[in-house]
Amino acid sequence: MSSDSSAPPTDERLTFEADIVCVGFGPATGGFLTTLSRQLLNPDGTPAIESPSAPGLPLQVMCYERSDDLGFGVSGAVTRGRSIRATFPDIDPTTIPLAAEVASEKLVYLLDPIGASRRPATLRATDKLIRWLPKMFRAEHQAVELPWTPSFFHKTDGLVLSIGQFNQWVASQLLGTAQLWPGVPVAEALIEGDAVVGVRLMDQGTDKEGKPESGFMPGMDVRAALTVVGDGPVGAVGRQLDREFGVPEGHSEHDWAVGMKMVVELPEGVDLPPGAVIHTFGYPEPEIFGFLYAHPDRIASLGVFVPSSFRDPARTAYRTMQNWMLHPYLWRYLKGGRLRSWGAKSLQESGRRGEPLLAGNGYARIGEGSGSTNVLTGSGVDEAWMTGVLLAEGVVELMQAGEPFTQENLDRAYVRKRRESWIETEGRVAARARDGFQRGVIPGLLGMALAGSTRGRLAVPAKPNQPLPTLEEYYQGKINQADIERIREECYSSGIALHDALMDQAGWPAVRYDGQLLMSHQDALLLGGKVQAAPGYADHVVFVAPEVCEKCATKVCIELCSGQAITPGPTGVPLFDREKCIHCGVCLWNCAHTEAASHELGNIAFKAGAGGLHSAEN
Amino acid sequence: MPLSFHIVVCGSLVPDPLQTLEVSVGPAGPGLKNELMMPAVLDPWASHALYEAAHLAAQFPGSKVWLVSLSPKAKLQQVMMTVAQKVPFELIALDGSASGFTDATETALALSEAIQSIPGLDRSKLLLFGGWESASRGAGVTLQIVGEQLGLLDQFQGVDELTVDADGSLRVLERLEGGQQQVSVCEGPPALLGWATGSLPEPRNNPQIGMANMRTVMPALQRAKPTATTITDFSSITLPEQRRTTRIVKDWSADQVAEDIVAWLGSPPQNP
Repeated sequence: MSSDSSAPPTDERLTFEADIVCVGFGPATGGFLTTLSRQLLNPDGTPAIESPSAPGLPLQVMCYERSDDLGFGVSGAVTRGRSIRATFPDIDPTTIPLAAEVASEKLVYLLDPIGASRRPATLRATDKLIRWLPKMFRAEHQAVELPWTPSFFHKTDGLVLSIGQFNQWVASQLLGTAQLWPGVPVAEALIEGDAVVGVRLMDQGTDKEGKPESGFMPGMDVRAALTVVGDGPVGAVGRQLDREFGVPEGHSEHDWAVGMKMVVELPEGVDLPPGAVIHTFGYPEPEIFGFLYAHPDRIASLGVFVPSSFRDPARTAYRTMQNWMLHPYLWRYLKGGRLRSWGAKSLQESGRRGEPLLAGNGYARIGEGSGSTNVLTGSGVDEAWMTGVLLAEGVVELMQAGEPFTQENLDRAYVRKRRESWIETEGRVAARARDGFQRGVIPGLLGMALAGSTRGRLAVPAKPNQPLPTLEEYYQGKINQADIERIREECYSSGIALHDALMDQAGWPAVRYDGQLLMSHQDALLLGGKVQAAPGYADHVVFVAPEVCEKCATKVCIELCSGQAITPGPTGVPLFDREKCIHCGVCLWNCAHTEAASHELGNIAFKAGAGGLHSAEN
Repeated sequence: MPLSFHIVVCGSLVPDPLQTLEVSVGPAGPGLKNELMMPAVLDPWASHALYEAAHLAAQFPGSKVWLVSLSPKAKLQQVMMTVAQKVPFELIALDGSASGFTDATETALALSEAIQSIPGLDRSKLLLFGGWESASRGAGVTLQIVGEQLGLLDQFQGVDELTVDADGSLRVLERLEGGQQQVSVCEGPPALLGWATGSLPEPRNNPQIGMANMRTVMPALQRAKPTATTITDFSSITLPEQRRTTRIVKDWSADQVAEDIVAWLGSPPQNP
């Protein structure tokens, strides 16, 4: 240790020497630390691996998490949980709040009971056929439960989890072996030459631009032989490494989605046994997939995925989710329910093709940000946990052999294990599975079926990336140009997004709030998300080139912002309100201006930041 | 000999006040619905006491702060990840219920025993701090009983400010009913101060302080003594009716906000 850590705060930047520093505490880091911690101490309590930075002590492992507590800002999931069960062979779901064994799985096609959905001709014809022959299709509640689903989609023997509760449970198993520090965002990796040598924590006591104010406290430098980056798909450190060290040839991360969800206390009398899993497609727009997972005690996680292939330039997740909830098939379960928690997160849906460099000198990447999500099976937690396990096994091997964390050694000890694992095999099968969605929903579904049934040999080919249509192009035939211009003027002068007015105009009925489950977006933030933003940190969402925003007429960043934290500004540059941001990172991949040279995805930089959701039930 | 203090802060856990709380009766007695799932925080009243203790200790070199907490060990570990980053202290952990329905006398007896067992604690320097109220124990008597068990005759409740005079005497600003305050002076330690809100903001997360505290927090958690307390029952409970109207307004003055709230309070309830 090179600093006296009992000294009072100072305005000089301090340095601390650790052995391993982890960025982010999600399932991947959970898998890493759980596996590693079992190797750190001998049965008699003496260090099994002695700390190089603090001789005589066990390995000094630090983990810094941006959100205010462990388990905040994540989501519910259904997972096969193969890797989790391998780590915890005797896992008892009843000991983890909200966990349940998967009991049943349904895939449901939702008809459009409103008539406002933008359905292609093939779907409209299908809907007509189903309505003519409801008995033949066993259509009930404006929906058809598919009698068969492909095996790759099943989560047999899996677990329904609240990842928030699961993360907290995992953290409680790590008592005394690793230091976990929530509420401490990592600003950046420390890079010297071609190596990562640790991380710099975020400065505190700054203005919105990061300039020091009274009480300035520079973020500490934590130097470590190995930096483990598990900060998710929109993490600032992972993206910094992509910029600094480049990405593999063929790397692509153009496919994204935002998952927005609620945790709902279902009304009494609802017959949904714990572990029931429902996936939907077809409504409110054909591109929108929905999910409902039943937890114990009449609690359910439910919500929608809004993918980047949904081409509406005024796409919104919140109203879309409300429209989805009000579908008769789902509303029969939800009517009378009560919101317990709410949240959203970005999903990297490029999977294996979004894989960055997995290791370099002094660092390794794990989890969703390392391209482990399987976009065919719709599985990410199982894979993320496994990446952490594999890295921990490699780290132990290297430390026991006394070998340094060079790129060559990490390639051998970690990357090779990944290449030989089921993550790689299944990831390659899934690599092109979603390409068809760039051509539409039907080709997309066909592509998934093809890829799944041929083990990835066949798929519907991708289409070159096209810019999003303008509002006028997208709503042609539904809303005339004069109305669009009027809506734009009225909404922007009021400082609000366009999507509600556009949806009203396009025929979507107004959502009648009941104050319990159906409520305004801001009430969901306050009641379900309890969004917090401690003062004294720099803004983490930055509009890089203001002149680009000033000319932009398709501000998707405002429309899809999960917390209404990005709003129209008087000069044309959107305003950002950190007190509403839930750190979902949607703005990162929802800039219409991918030509902006200063950022790889658009004109918005998504940096390290503090605060966000304050619920551990998600 | 320079003046210094041994400050013992009593503080337990409560569910994060941001959560929606609902009383329910389970097999183990009364509790909160889904309490296990809720994030916990150090009781906000006790937090103020802890920050004031650290502030006082920093002014008088040689002083030391202990935090004594009767809480479920796993939850306490989680809360310590954040609290330990705030100010320097040494943790004394008792593994037991932090429920608002535990018997206050039993809780106080367990805490006073733990305080009396602190090695090196100098009674002539002792300041017993805590919240004058609790976010889960509205009776607010636990700290008073701890003080009685320790034989502390000088007790102050609803404290907003403590000043140490040059002769070592303590000048205490206390809250009284009706919005009034009184200033009392006592000769010095030992004394009990049940804090109201104090005047210090919540300190920033400081990983440096966190790492220093963790040297004692982890061992304290590992040796936390299991402590049983009786869960009392309740005959009835009534929650106040809630009205909620959410608007986000950023650029109003305090007067405008106050006027709007007054107008809202006087307006008839709206149907959702």
